[in-house]
Amino acid sequence: MNLDLTEEQQMLKTAARDFFEKEFPKTLVREMEEDPAGYTPELWKKMADLGWVGLVIPEEYGGTGLAFMDLVILLEEMGRACLTGPFFSTAVLCTLPIIDAGSEQLKQEFLPRIANGEMILSLALTEPSATYEAAGIATKAVPEKDTYVLNGTKLFTHDAHIADYLLCVARSKVWSAPEDGISLFLVDVNSPGIKISPLEAIADDKQNEVILENVVVPERNLLGELNQGWPVVKRLLEQAAIAKCAEMVGGADWVVEATVAYAKERVQYGRAIGSFGNIQHSLADMWTEVNMAKRMAYYAAWVVEQGLPCSLEVAMAKALVNEAYKRSTRVAVQLHGGIGTTRDHDVGLYYRRARQAALLFGDSDSCREMVAQEMGL
Amino acid sequence: MDFKFTLEQEALRKEFDDFFKEEAKNAPEGWVGGFEGRYDTDEGWAYHRSVAEKLAQKGWLSLPWPREYGGQELGLIEQAMFNEAWAYHRAPGVDFWGLYILAPSLLEYGSEENKREWLPRIARAETDWCQGWSEPNAGSDLASLTSRAVEDGDDYVINGQKIWTTGAHRATHIFLLARTDPDAPKHAGITYFVSEMDRPGITVRPLYYMDRSHVYNEVFFDNLRIPKKNVIGQVNQGWYVTMAGINFERSGCGAVAEGKRDLEDLVQFCKDTERNGQLLAKNPIVRYKLAELATELEAARQWGYYVAWLQGKDPMAIAAPSASKYFTTELIVRLANTAVEIMGLYGTLKRGSKWAPLHGKFQTICQFYLGVTIAAGSTEIQKNLIAWMGLGLPRK
Repeated sequence: MNLDLTEEQQMLKTAARDFFEKEFPKTLVREMEEDPAGYTPELWKKMADLGWVGLVIPEEYGGTGLAFMDLVILLEEMGRACLTGPFFSTAVLCTLPIIDAGSEQLKQEFLPRIANGEMILSLALTEPSATYEAAGIATKAVPEKDTYVLNGTKLFTHDAHIADYLLCVARSKVWSAPEDGISLFLVDVNSPGIKISPLEAIADDKQNEVILENVVVPERNLLGELNQGWPVVKRLLEQAAIAKCAEMVGGADWVVEATVAYAKERVQYGRAIGSFGNIQHSLADMWTEVNMAKRMAYYAAWVVEQGLPCSLEVAMAKALVNEAYKRSTRVAVQLHGGIGTTRDHDVGLYYRRARQAALLFGDSDSCREMVAQEMGL
Repeated sequence: MDFKFTLEQEALRKEFDDFFKEEAKNAPEGWVGGFEGRYDTDEGWAYHRSVAEKLAQKGWLSLPWPREYGGQELGLIEQAMFNEAWAYHRAPGVDFWGLYILAPSLLEYGSEENKREWLPRIARAETDWCQGWSEPNAGSDLASLTSRAVEDGDDYVINGQKIWTTGAHRATHIFLLARTDPDAPKHAGITYFVSEMDRPGITVRPLYYMDRSHVYNEVFFDNLRIPKKNVIGQVNQGWYVTMAGINFERSGCGAVAEGKRDLEDLVQFCKDTERNGQLLAKNPIVRYKLAELATELEAARQWGYYVAWLQGKDPMAIAAPSASKYFTTELIVRLANTAVEIMGLYGTLKRGSKWAPLHGKFQTICQFYLGVTIAAGSTEIQKNLIAWMGLGLPRK
């Protein structure tokens, strides 16, 4: 048993922290919240040049060839920095299934261009049904000669508006069980029939409605086997949940540190507010909950990386991190008093992100139901 | 990061587990383990002694000690695994006070003479210890204790009173703190003593718990005479000797394993029991509660291994062990109360009736465990420690 980061991971963590402190200060976070694109090509290129966009892409496809745990370390720093932009969509949500299920041809076509920063992708999975269950997929894919024709509506689709390609999850076989008959397609966003409109949401994180009307996709852009897409999606959802946990834990760490620092410096009644027992206990609770969630997330990440069955561990970790991030941010705003509620103050950035992230790839209630099932109830 | 245990550790875990699983068959009827199990009845105490002797024979009561004092020089992870195994099977036999509190102090501060006198006997389960620390006016603020030890020839003479002395009515020996220098600052005038319980001058009076069980006691010292050789560490250095003892093995892995076993029993109950025409296990509210408990137990287990790992590198780590203590104990209280709630009207029945499921253990635990969130540094004290030592927040 070894519960420390490796030396290389420690170096990656330090490099990422320094990079984002310099390149993505909070002023830029706020600018990007207002900016429709939500990212700058300059920064994207820098991250690609550092090998971060292709962090887990194998070297033979132009990537850095690192492992899932290394991605977790990097994502923590991104969460801490409130990084906006298409990293999660591209490097996590779309890259992992291409590596997992892509033909050699598709891997050669997409992975190098993802790694070098040329290509941005968006996962078009969720729909108005607002669920991660297979039964929620109504978008249809109908074969027509050497193409598939897609019709449907995708919702809550992050970064579709700046993507070059959508990884679209569609139902290619009806009259079967919901998890049977799902297929994945890499869809050129310039294809006729795609209409993308922005959705404003709490964390200003560039979600979109994507309407697909008779969108034609060449059959070579089918990712994996026809009708065999759901196992790929299921695996992705587990990886995505932990990747999101990493981001959340990074943010939560910042929140704990910032609130402790504030409690030491804010003086009322002639003493630092951090000298009051009730405040000390709130912070002790916060530190405990966040750090316990973090260790659970690392454990789940390790199980995922080992390729072991991980549904139980992922569900537990996501539920714990959801609650830890939501609760710590709620208490943090409280302990900051009035200024914590302003747009100007940084703590609100994390409060809003926590509520969004807690719903992505596993809300706490769905996670607990998964745990119940895994317990045999 | 690697969460795998070594093959040796896995083999050891299995050895521990097999032993305790087998020993559990010898438990008295209705056995629910814990301090109540062993201290409250003569039957429970006899079972504790029989397991203790077997553990002693296997050398398992001294796992992390240096070999020269009868130990196996195993690490904190192995110790945590041992704790998980006995806790999961609700086994007695481990003299918690002698092994986890006194022995670490002896190893760090005891003279060679002290070590050779006491450690082998602890390892051979020849002694059962109780802890004479808290007093009616010295609970969380232990350092304010007033039991007095006065030098007299080759002895010290002790007068005073202790409270919450677990198992004093069963113990053969006591380790106690008394003030040897009332003029020194409070932390600097305390001395650590050991004594037989059958010395003249020691009186034990039961302190009945809210469920009537006899676990805790008051212990009175009336001119108790202890030879100077029974001082552990230096005179007036007792506080530091104490600190060495309380910091050993604070992973909480044992309590978590106990909780895991309790939850398994509760889950089985829910799978077997219908209410209002529906299996409890299919009731969404029950599923939610059980899933949440399982999740928190797993979080506590992972945190426990992390604490064991940390303590292996930094024995004086404070915040992480403190978090483990308060989180895990509060979780068990929550678990027991939730269990009583889920079991409904059956949940409060005491053992003895055919109608009482699971030997009434959850109504016992939901009462007994309150003492555990208060003892060994209450939840409030643990949070103070996290705030002061972990987060650097000012005390005033």
